[in-house]
This record gives sequence, C-alpha cells and structure tokens, in this order.
Amino acid sequence: MDLTTTYLGLELAHPIVASAGPLTQTVDGVRQLADGGAAAIVLHSLFEEQLRAEIARDERLLSAHADSFPEALDYFPSAPVTTRSAAYSYLSLVERASKAVGVPVIASLNGSDLGSWVEFARELADAGAAALELNIYMVPGDVKTTGDLVVKRHLEIVSAVTDAVSIPVSVKMSPYFSSVGNVALQLVDAGASGLVLFNRFLQPDVNIETLHTDAPFELSTPQEGRLPRTWIASLRNQTDASLAGSSGVESSDDVVRYLLAGADVVMTTAALIRHGRSYPREMLGGLQAWMVRKGFVSLSQARGMLAVPSITDGEAAGRGGYVAAIQAAKERYGAL
Amino acid sequence: MTRAIIDGNEAAASVAYRLNELCSIYPITPSSTMAELADEWAGQQKLNVFGTLPTVVEMQSEGGAAGALHGALQGGAMSTTFTASQGLLLMIPNMYKIAGELTSTVFHVAARSLATQGLSIFGDHQDVMAVRQTGFALLSSAHVQEAHDFAAIAQLATLRSRVPFLHFFDGFRTSHELNTLDMLSDDDLRAYVPEELILDHRRRALSPEHPYIRGTAQNPDTYFQSRETVNPFYDRVPGIVTTAMDEFAELTGRRYRLVEYHGAPDADRVLVIMGSAGQTVIQAVDHLNVLGEKVGVIQIRMYRPFPVADVLAAIPETVTKMAVMDRTKEPGAGGEPLFLDVCAALAEAVASGRRATLPRVIGGRYGLSSKEFTPAMAVGVYAELAKASPRPRFTVGINDDVSLTSIDYRADLDVESPATRRAVFYGIGSDGTVGANKNTIKILGSVDGVYAQGYFVYDSKKSGSRTVSHLRFGPEPITAPYLISKADFIGVHHWSILERVNVLRYAREGTVVLVNAPHPPEELFARLPASMQRTLIDQHCELWTIDANAVARKAGMGNRTNTVLQTCYFAISKVLPRDEAIRQVKGSIRKTYGRRGPDVVAKNEAAVDAAIEYLHRVEVPDAVASAVALLAPVPATAPEFVRDVTAKMLLDEGDDLPVSALPVDGTYPSATTKYEKRNISDLVAVWDPDACIQCGNCAFVCPHAVLRAKYYPAQALEGAPATFQTAELNAAGLPGARYTLQVYAEDCTGCSLCVEACPVTSNDGLGRKAINLELVADREPTRQNVAFYETIPVNLRSRVDFGTVRGVQYLEPLFEFSGACSGCGETPYLKLLSQLFGGRATVANATGCSSIYGGNLPTTPWARNKYGRGPAWSNSLFEDNAEFGLGLRLAADLHTSRARTLLNELREQIGDDGLIDGILDNDQRHESDLSAQFRAVEELKFLLDRIPGPSASDLRSIADHLLRRSVWIVGGDGWAFDIGSGGLDHVLASGRDVNVLVLDTEVYSNTGGQASKATPMGAVAKFASAGKETHSKDLAMQAIAYGNVYVARVAMGADPQQTLKAFREAEAYDGPSLILAYSHCIAHGIDMKKGLDQQYLAVNSGHWPLVRFNPVLRSTEQNPFLLDSPRPRMSLRTYHANELRYRMLTRTNPETAERMLESSQLEVDRRWRDYEQMSVRTASEFAGGVKE
Repeated sequence: MDLTTTYLGLELAHPIVASAGPLTQTVDGVRQLADGGAAAIVLHSLFEEQLRAEIARDERLLSAHADSFPEALDYFPSAPVTTRSAAYSYLSLVERASKAVGVPVIASLNGSDLGSWVEFARELADAGAAALELNIYMVPGDVKTTGDLVVKRHLEIVSAVTDAVSIPVSVKMSPYFSSVGNVALQLVDAGASGLVLFNRFLQPDVNIETLHTDAPFELSTPQEGRLPRTWIASLRNQTDASLAGSSGVESSDDVVRYLLAGADVVMTTAALIRHGRSYPREMLGGLQAWMVRKGFVSLSQARGMLAVPSITDGEAAGRGGYVAAIQAAKERYGAL
Repeated sequence: MTRAIIDGNEAAASVAYRLNELCSIYPITPSSTMAELADEWAGQQKLNVFGTLPTVVEMQSEGGAAGALHGALQGGAMSTTFTASQGLLLMIPNMYKIAGELTSTVFHVAARSLATQGLSIFGDHQDVMAVRQTGFALLSSAHVQEAHDFAAIAQLATLRSRVPFLHFFDGFRTSHELNTLDMLSDDDLRAYVPEELILDHRRRALSPEHPYIRGTAQNPDTYFQSRETVNPFYDRVPGIVTTAMDEFAELTGRRYRLVEYHGAPDADRVLVIMGSAGQTVIQAVDHLNVLGEKVGVIQIRMYRPFPVADVLAAIPETVTKMAVMDRTKEPGAGGEPLFLDVCAALAEAVASGRRATLPRVIGGRYGLSSKEFTPAMAVGVYAELAKASPRPRFTVGINDDVSLTSIDYRADLDVESPATRRAVFYGIGSDGTVGANKNTIKILGSVDGVYAQGYFVYDSKKSGSRTVSHLRFGPEPITAPYLISKADFIGVHHWSILERVNVLRYAREGTVVLVNAPHPPEELFARLPASMQRTLIDQHCELWTIDANAVARKAGMGNRTNTVLQTCYFAISKVLPRDEAIRQVKGSIRKTYGRRGPDVVAKNEAAVDAAIEYLHRVEVPDAVASAVALLAPVPATAPEFVRDVTAKMLLDEGDDLPVSALPVDGTYPSATTKYEKRNISDLVAVWDPDACIQCGNCAFVCPHAVLRAKYYPAQALEGAPATFQTAELNAAGLPGARYTLQVYAEDCTGCSLCVEACPVTSNDGLGRKAINLELVADREPTRQNVAFYETIPVNLRSRVDFGTVRGVQYLEPLFEFSGACSGCGETPYLKLLSQLFGGRATVANATGCSSIYGGNLPTTPWARNKYGRGPAWSNSLFEDNAEFGLGLRLAADLHTSRARTLLNELREQIGDDGLIDGILDNDQRHESDLSAQFRAVEELKFLLDRIPGPSASDLRSIADHLLRRSVWIVGGDGWAFDIGSGGLDHVLASGRDVNVLVLDTEVYSNTGGQASKATPMGAVAKFASAGKETHSKDLAMQAIAYGNVYVARVAMGADPQQTLKAFREAEAYDGPSLILAYSHCIAHGIDMKKGLDQQYLAVNSGHWPLVRFNPVLRSTEQNPFLLDSPRPRMSLRTYHANELRYRMLTRTNPETAERMLESSQLEVDRRWRDYEQMSVRTASEFAGGVKE
C-alpha cells in the first residue's frame, strides 16, 4: 500500500504530520514524535515579537544600574544581546532536531514586521530547517486598516521571505479573510509552496470573577475541521501548491476526511496531546485499515475525491467560477 | 591603522591579551575592566597573535593571581596580570621573586591611591611607587594611545631584557577616559614581537627534560653576590627600551623616548613629571613660552631603572631652577621618590663634572586621589620657581593651611585651544546621560578629522548619584587630561540638580545652556536660582529649555530622556550643522535600537523630531528676577562639622576645603546621612493606617530605614500636624495606645520592597496594600510629620518583644539612609544588626559594597541612639577583615578582663558590693540582663568619676567593656569565600566570641559583578562570561565541621522570623558565629522590587536552604542542626528563570545552560538529602568544640 505523499516538495512516508505546538519545543519531544510515527514535524513557532520584548527587558536590566557608580559602570559581561543570540535556543533547536530525526523538520515563524521575517527566515534556513511555515497572525486592531492592506501585507511577507530563502515556504492562513480562497491563491502566486488551513486564534475570554480577560489554551475539537476541509476542497483543483489540513484532528477518521477533501498532509497537535506522542502510528493504522476496507492501494486514489471540481469553463474562471466553486462546496458541506 | 574610541583600560588590555598566553586576574578598581575584557575575549574564543586561545584564570586574591602568574612564568607561558592599589601591594612578594629570577612579564596597572587614613579608588602613583624597589622596570604611559603602545613596547622590552615590566597609567584619568586612538593590528604585533624571543622565554622554563633547581635558600656566603649578578641586565634596560621605542616608531610612526623634553631649548625653569599630567604641563609650557617666558617640561616615561643619563641629557644647561612633581606621598621622607632620584642624578653629575651647574630643585606633590591637576596649576608651579626663594617642598591643587605647603595659582586661567568644543552635562546615575554621551563621542569621533574625548565623574552614592560628563571634540588629537573648566555647552538634565549645585561654574562668555525643565519656557527664567540668573546675564549665555520628560513620554519612551536630550545637544551646540547632526543621531538610533525592533526605532526617531519641535530658546533678561536661593545641602541644625565640612562636599566644593578642615587620622563623626535629604524618588512609600495590621514586615525589610514605628499614649499626639498619621495600637495590654508608621519620605528611594513585603491586600479590587508607592510632590507635610514623630520617645527596649518581627519594628535603627542601591538586599540585615545590638556593637567591615555605602564620604549611615551610643565602625582592608575583627575582640576581652580585676580591687572605694557583684555575675546573654548591665555600668561610671586615684581612672577608661561588647565582622562573599577565606577560617577556628555576617550576593558586587566562589553554577558573571562552571562553595558546612561554630543560613525574603532568630542566637552564642545572608543584588539582573520574591524562590527551590547549627543544643544532647526551610517545592529552573545572570547563558549557549542547570538541580537534590539526613542525627554524631 502506497501511503507516501509530497508536501512542499518533501517526500513523506505518509500524510500525518505533527503541527506546531507545545510538543515540538524540545529535541526530545521532536524525537519522540518521530519515533511515534509522525511523517514530518513542524516546530513550535518562533515568536519574533516575544523575542524582541525579551531582548528589550534584558537590555533594560543591563542598563538599569549602568553608569552610576565609578567602581562598577556595569554589572555583566558585555555579551551583546542580539536577535541572533536571543533566537539562539530556537535556532539551536532547529539544528539539533533536524539532525536528531530522519523525518523533515519544519520551522515555524511568527513575526511582526517585514524586516524581521526575512532576517529570521534566513537564520532558520541556515539552521537546517527542511521548510518554513509562516504563521502570519495579523490582527488589524486599527479599524481603519482595510482588508486590501491586510492582504497586501501578507503578500509582501510571503514574497520577501520566498525571495530570501531557497527552502520551501508554506503559509499558515487565517480563516478570516473576506475571500479566503482568493487570498490563498494570491499567496501561492506570491511564492508560497503550500498552505496550512487554518491557524487557530486563541481569543481571550472574559473572566467575570476577576473582571479581567483570560487567554486560555484550548485544544481543537473535531468540529473545527469542517471549515478548513471546506476550503481545502475548494482549493484542491485550483492550485498545485501543497495543502495541509490543520485543526480538528482527533482520529484517523478525521485524517481520512481531510484527504478526501484534498489535503496532501494532515496536521495535529490536539490528538497527540490527548493520546500521546505515538498516536501518529495508531492513526496511520486506522488510515490503512480504512483504505483496505475501501479497496484503495494508494493514497492518491483517495486524495481529493470530494474536492470541488476544477472549473473548466473559461468564462466562469473569474468571480463567477469562484461563486460556483463556493456553491459546489456548499452542496457538499453545507453553508459556509 | 584602525581608528577607535576606547578607554585606556581597553587600549592596554587589547595588546596584553593578544601578546600573552595566560592572564591571571582578580578584580580591583580601576583596573578591573582590563581583566573583564580578557575574560570576555577568551569566552568569545578570540585567539592571541600567536594563534593560542589565552587562558584567563581568576584567583582568590591578587596575592593568588601573582602566585599563579609566577608559576605560569616558570612553566614557560607568556603571562600577564592587571591590577592596582592594594592589589599591587599584595603582589609585592612575588614581584621580588619574579624580578630576582629575571623573568619576562608585564603587569598592567591602572595606578591608584592606597588606603591610608581612608580608602580611595581614584588615581595617583602611590601604588606603583610602593613597588619601585622590587626590581620591576616601571614604564609610564600618559594617554590612551600610549597605554596601547606602551603595552607592546613593554612586552618587547621584557622579553629582550629579561627584566619584568610594570606598565602603568593613571587610574580613571587614563584608564577610564575615552579617546581617539590608532589601534595596532595583529600583524603589527606579530611583526613587532619576534617569536624567537618567546621561544627563549620558554627555554628558561622548568622542565624535567632539562631539570634544574630555582628558588634555593642562600646563605651569607653567596646571597649578596648573587644579588649583584643582575646588574648588567638592569644596565641594559634603558638601551633596550630605547631600541624598542625606535622600532615601534618605524612600525607605526609614533615616536617615544624614555625621557622627553618639551619647551624652550634655553629654558631657565623646568618641571619634571610623570604620567598623564605631562600633557597638562605641556599646555602650560606652550602658553608661557608664547608670553615670552622660557620654560620647559621633562616627562619621565621610564622610571625604573631610573634613566639617569637620559634625564640629565634632557635638562638644558640653561636651567637654573627645577620643580620635580610627584603624584605620591611619602610621609617623613626627605622628598618624594622622583624628586630624590632627580636630585641624586643632578648632584652626582655636577660632583663628577658631567654637568657644570646644579639647578635649584624643589619637590612638589600634586593630584593625589585624582585631585585635579590643570595647566593653571602648572603655571602656578612655574611662577613659584620664578620666585627668588621658591618653597623647597610644596603641594599644588589644594589649600594647605596647616603646613603651608600649597602654592597659589590662578584657577580661572584657561589655556585650551578655542578650536576644541567643550561640553559638560549634569545627569543622574543610570538616567542614560552618560550612555548618550558615550554614544555622542562615538558619533562625532567617527566623523573624518574630528577627535573626541570623554571623561565622566560620579558621586559616591550607588543609586541616585549625580554624574557630570566632560566631552571635548576638536580637529587635533585631544591631550587634555583634566576636567573642563570653561564649557561651550552646559546641559542640565534634571531640574533637581540646579536647585542644589552651581551648575554654571563651567560657564564662560556665551556658553549655551540647556535646561531640562518641567516648566513652560516663559516661566523658566523666573524659576531659576538667583545665582544662576546672575551668571546667565553676566556671561551672556544662550539659554534653551525643553521638557524632555514630557517629550519622551509623548513619544512612548517612558522616562528615558536620553535620546531627546542628546538631540537637543546636537541641535544647538553647533558641533555639526543641524541637519547633519540630526541625520547622525537617527543613524545611530537605527544602529543602537535596531535589534529591539522597528517600533522602538520609530519611537526614538519620533523622539528626535519631537525634541526639535519642543526645544525652546529662552530670552535672558537684563536683570536678576529671582529670590530663589540654592537649597541648603544640610539643615542649619546640623552639627558644626556637617555644616562646615560635609556640606561643602555635598555641594561639589570639597576641593575647596583646606587641610585644617579635615580630621588628621581619618576619624569622622558617624550618623551623618540623616542630614542629607536626597529626595531621589518621586514615588515614595505612603502608609494606610486603616488597612495596616502593624505586623512590622515593611519596616523589617526596608533597606534604607525610612519606615519607623512607635507606639505611644494618645496624649503624645498633642500638637501633631494635621497630616500626621496614627492608628490605634493593635496589641493586647496597652489600651488606648496609638501607633504610627512614619515614612521618612525625603530619604525613601521608592524601591517598593515594603509594598512587596506587606501581607495586607485591601478589598477595593485595586490590589492596594497597607503601604503603597505614591507620587508625593509636596514634601513639606512629611518634613513636619517626621519632625513631630521624632519628638515622640523611642519605645523602651525592655518593653519590646525582640523575638518577633512585629516587635523589632520598635527598635531604633542605627544604620539609616545609606547610599546603597535602591532596594538593596544587604542593608536590611545590617539595619537589623544595628537595631538588635547597635548600642554595644563594634563592626569590622571588609572592603566592598558594605564598606562603600557604609563608609563612603561625605555622609555615612551608621548612627547613634539618644544616649549617644551606636555601632563603632571601621574598615581595615579587603583581605584581612576577619583578623581585624578578631583583633577588636581580643582587645575587648583584654579590657573586660582587666576591668573585672580592677572592679574587685576597687570594691572598698566604690562601696557598693551589690552593684559590683551584679556586674560581675551577669552573664549578659539576654536582653534583660544586658539592660540591667547597661544601667549598672552607667552607675559605676558615675561613681568612678568621683573616686580619685589611678586605679579608678584606669577602670573608668575601660568600664564600658563590662557591658558585653558585640563584635561583628561584616563583608561580602568576595571577602568571605575568596580573598579573606583563609583568615575567616582561622578566626572561626579561634573559638572567640565574634559574629561574622556574610552578605552573600554570590558575586563581587562592588567592583561590578565578577564571579566569586559563591557564584552558582550556570550564572554568567564577569570572569565567568561563559557561565560559572563549578558549584558554589558550601561555606556553612565548612564552618559546621568545626563543631563549635554557630552557623546560620538566612534569607529575609523567605523567612524573616528565622533571620531574626539566627541573628539573636548568633550574637548570644559565646563563641564564633557565622551568618550567611542571601542578598539579592542588581548584579543578579532582576527587577529589584522583586528581590524578596527571588529570596523566596531561592529558598523554596532548594538553592538556599535555611539552616541553623547551634552548638549550644549539642551540649544539651539535642541535634544542633536545624533545617528551617521546607523541602523544595519547585524546580531550580523556576528560580533561575527570573534572573538575567542565568538567562544570559541560555541565550549564548543553551546546551551548556541546560547541562549546568541539570547538574545544579542534582546538586541541590543531593545537598538537600544530606541536610535532611543531618537534621535527624543525634547530638553525638556531630563534631564537638574545644569547650566540651
């Protein structure tokens, strides 16, 4: 039985991939996931803003008592705190994890401005990442920001990063665009080799006791797989870029669902947290059993079976075709 | 050639590191930077020019550093060290050995004063003059460039001559001055120092391959002759150094001579001098010769071997009078060393006919402890020489009204080139002013054709100190090793400074003055002190103002005003065209802040633009219109000495104090910080009487003793100011009594430890405590409240429960308002010591932070109670503190013993057996006994004053020793774990009743954070820039091993009650006691207001288990080992995460950090198991002391 798949140009033994999350923060964690059967591993995100905040905090501490007393004009060796040194532990994780396991290790980057995206992307590529996942989390808090501008920023980032590095780059997308599919295709045009659908946004909730907001970390539920599957199905026949389904994977059934919709790989953290780091192997078993049951001998036979058919009518290729695509999707999956 | 702007320390270290294989180091100001850089470079794997990674080894003292160096040299390694002052003194024994064995090495010394009547960290030549007899050659560099060049010349010369060299430059003046220089490349150094010489050095090493014996014991038959064998080597040194200088000139174009003459070839008067002051004199010479005088200066660059021929050759035959200037003091000598050497050379030359005339030579002292030495002073010396009978011995730069040695000079003489732009900035420590100025120097110094110089002056306080930056820029290299006297620009970065000191003392005609003021431009002038207005008018100053704090806040930069004020300087100082200047500032911002992200850059750039927008020129009217006087530095009620002497120092006018104003033996009145109301924090503690539960925790932890508590009858409130706060006393047995927690707001540093320690949280939802930090703009009500509070009697010690934190708040602190860092982790322990035992304590204090905030003038914190009693405090040295304290104990014991004998002998005359027996039989272990003894001894003194005869006088002179004296030996971990370790061990083994308090910050705090043996594994510190590789020493266990030493490990932030218990037990124990007190510190890289939390984490992670070992328990068959803290309930990682010292390693070397953390966790676990096991042993399983 042929379970191999290609994701971002990387040949994978099967389609089950560990997504960016708490389990991929250490080399040991990565190794356990690889041992547990994951076909590729996406490391937890390097949060560039957080990194800069830490640098700023440490620089504040370094200078807080400087130049005040003649015997001690400073209190620490003058090792410069650079972004490189601040990101060292992440870069080192990329390097060590890549060497420690036989499956591709994909770095993930969450940045805030164009310069840093490029700077860090290069560092991550140099550290040995097999591919790079851009986790573009942009919340336009300024309500004057137009949707166009948001899309433009995404495209700029993708274009700048893909120009800067030679490793494949994927984008972990937000589901909150006025036209998700169109943005997805624009991202591919801008240079993305693949799309991960979708990023989950951990939105704060109101705590009525403390009168504050909390930001709880919650694992995704199987229901959350519907939205990404809808868009994967819509996009499958519109692009050659790799598509990864993320969110709502609890069992091998969810893997199958994503594959039928057209995903090249299926990513999960929630299932691995709930069921342990060797759960990929168990899910793989389930997938194989399903394929046997359904008579498939190759993954490619099943992949995209339920994807929205490609539009062949040239006239409908524009907005009309898009509507049709959505319509087709609606028929299969219900209202969006 | 690469141009750079660095200080003298870096200039010297850069060459020393690259030409050596081993650096044997120990920190001492002002040389520490050289050693720190060597350690950092080694940490960065930077190779020397021979391709070796130098080994940098920190030793336990300079004595140790010299010993290791001696060994390394005998082992054939190219080895060097860096030191100063007392450190150099500790190296003397090895220096004799190294020289006696003709061993090539260079010591680099930032020359500094010696501790005599007082310690001084500042520069002069006392230390190097104290080693002139060791056999080392002494080479003196006078400038940052020379410090760089002479490091290389000395290295070549020592290898060629085999005579060891000491290369020195002026501490602070050169070691800390930023200046432009051309750097020697690795290729230059390789070309300059031939490898063959290094092989020769190696060949002389000890080796079993060709064994011999060196370091024999010699006898009367041969020692003398052996001593004379080295003469030819010393004879060759002047020639070798001259050649080395010539070769250096060929390599670099920079030419030096052993002795250099500058001035009129036919001079009649010549001044001889060494060190940076030579440049100063050159300026005076040029000034005088232009005016038609004929003067010259001889700069001595090599002092040992004394280059007699070169000195004689340098003195023009026309000279009739000479002044030889020494930057040292040799009391009782016929003259200072350089003077005597010059005199001897001249006398010999004349007597032998090599010189025709003998000029009249006078000897002068100048510049001790970085005392300013200016061209004006040099002109004064030439004027003195011009007199018919110049003073044979003189001083310059001070007013010696006692021995009348000082000569006059015109202080206002300004000989500096008008092409040099001069700027002076007033700031407050850590406000960014100095940092911004260093940045300005780099910006302007990198402009083609611009040379830059920067020198920074700090006051004596660790936090809230006043800084004065002196910056020069000019088209020629700047050789002006003295402070600016007249500035083109004066920046006053804090309003509070101009309220207190005359900031326009540097003003001259047309000076541009910038004032950062919280007032609108139109009100500015009227608000200035009258004296300042007068100067602005008289000197036609150009006045500018900005509210930099408001601009910074608006630009989103909080209280960081450095960018705003730096921009103002560039905009109005005319050093560069304004647009170009702004462009340069912005360029620098992108470089400096780029790594913090674009928003930080944008904010700073916005601040630059806003600075220009809100910078205003203020028209200076024609007349003074202000009744505002400068604030008095001390109140009129202060004692005479404080008013006449201390106040001058506080006003930056200490230089004007005459010799007669100062104590002859270094004895100063204590309890003077209370007269200096520093008001360094806008936010101060404010008490909420309604919420307060009167637990005393805030007062207990307050590092600055600004929280005081008293209880008192309600009627005491009569006449209280309306704002005086009071609450009903929350204690049984005293119905109707009132309680006040008084904040000494003018002394509060806003550190917030009290707020953190307060257990109360009000239920208003705002998280307010019973004590909070608030903005208190008007300090007048608190002044009145404090004054009223002080009229309420201090609570009687006999009515206070000493055993509880709640009770201790009523004990008067006799350590108050020190200049320690805001939120200091050490000072609460000292304050506690002073509260519990201060009235009968003598304190021996090791050099370090505690000797600086404890004893640095102008004002000192050790105080007195209403009886005039209080801790008597002294600092001997760094290395000998335990021994010094033991000496105090031994003297006390002697006196006590004699007093007891005399008391028996005088029974009849005293005539009160009850009194006498009461005194003799009181064992004074409890506070009630001590109170009774105090009263009895006072009565005895009263009686003795009325009894005639020598025995009564004898007893009267030592009667106070009948009250048990509490001897405390205080110091930091640098002392206890390293330099003083041997002495401490010996003193603990002595069995004598001394109390040792180690304020353990786990790092050398005072000298800027170098690793000690107390530094934990994985912490990054200077000298451990790649992370400390070993665990800290368990000093507690070492002491416990003796069996008869009381030992406690405490952490006030984790368990204040245990701390209190340990202090009391230690003091009551009739034998040696050791308290190790965890002291959070700025060198940990923490938010200092969280210091107590870190103490809690240190204890509860097992890093700092609380223990007590009480030998008294053993003698009653109980287990003396008490484990006071609970089993670790969190990982070491949790504790480490909050401290930059640990985080730094995770940034630079995460694998090592992780490995060290794991190892540390294992060590913590292991130690805990050991302790647990010990805590369940029986008494007999512990060693017993001699008393058993």
